[in-house]
Amino acid sequence: MPHLSSPAKRFSSFSAGARDSLPMLVGAAPFGVIFGALIAAGPLAAWQGQFMSLSVFAGSSQFIAVGLAAAQTGILVIWMATFIVNLRHMLYAATLLPHVSHLPARWRFLLGFLLTDETFAVMNAYYLKHGHTPQGHWYFLGSGLAMYGNWQLWTLIGLVFGEAFPQLQTLGLDFAMVATFIAIVVPQLFRFPQLAAAISAGACAWFLRDLPYKLGLMAAILAGVAVGLGISHWQALRSAAKKGSKA
Amino acid sequence: MMYTLMIVGMALITVFIKAAIFMLGDRAAFPIWLKEALAFVPVTVLTAIIVPMVLAPHGKGLELTWRNPQLIAAIAAVVVCATTRRQLLTIMVGLAVFFAWQFGVLGK
Repeated sequence: MPHLSSPAKRFSSFSAGARDSLPMLVGAAPFGVIFGALIAAGPLAAWQGQFMSLSVFAGSSQFIAVGLAAAQTGILVIWMATFIVNLRHMLYAATLLPHVSHLPARWRFLLGFLLTDETFAVMNAYYLKHGHTPQGHWYFLGSGLAMYGNWQLWTLIGLVFGEAFPQLQTLGLDFAMVATFIAIVVPQLFRFPQLAAAISAGACAWFLRDLPYKLGLMAAILAGVAVGLGISHWQALRSAAKKGSKA
Repeated sequence: MMYTLMIVGMALITVFIKAAIFMLGDRAAFPIWLKEALAFVPVTVLTAIIVPMVLAPHGKGLELTWRNPQLIAAIAAVVVCATTRRQLLTIMVGLAVFFAWQFGVLGK
């Protein structure tokens, strides 16, 4: 039963979750500001930008949707991109499931909604360190709500900033998105399968850029994932063969 | 209106993805290949989006020249990120180089 803890204990777990997410809050801030400023420069209204942060609450898919909407992409393609880009949350949920499966349905739904890359990292570390605790879900709620409030705040600041400086759009705000994505991608390229996946996806996206409905983007994702999978399997086979020959 | 519908759809898709496993529990089975494939999604999606933006910022032909501020600033950002691994610094240097190139070097 999840409610066998005192309010004081709950609160201390809740605030510990928020506090341990602090580095993540700082890291998410510039992305929130850039997202808000992009909204101001794009076809969506400011309130729609805030509405997206409130209801979708998944940074990279929000960026991609704004970029695609600005390029007059069809709604189905944007939904498809949202689905592909956010699928990774299922892995996070599957990893954390043993620690939340005992909770009532409304708790599981709320924690699921609040799940992000950052909160997953915080919760994964927490459960590895503490195992199963009676207040774990309060810590989870603290981390999730801190990230949620933080994302709303920095989105709003970005919206205000973008409205105040409308000339930003001609200044190539879309480059802010490019720089943001570079900052996310480059640290992952130090592993060979990831590097090969990125190069394949980039090349594919370039050569198929004139296909309608952003089909080139979809093909690029498929090609990149296929190459990455192929190489990581080949590496695994090779290291297994090496071990075998040593034996 | 269209954009509101777009956002509502995105929210439903994302909430479904995030909450499905927690709600269904062990009844949601996960094939191992899907697990492995998903690890490559972020890096491929983001690269596929930025490559055309950087190489053809005007949506026409290839602009592999020093007069393309997107290209110069993207190269600077990649170098900074690869050497320091600091995200915020990468974004700031990238933007600074972009604006410096746009106004200082090209004088637009």
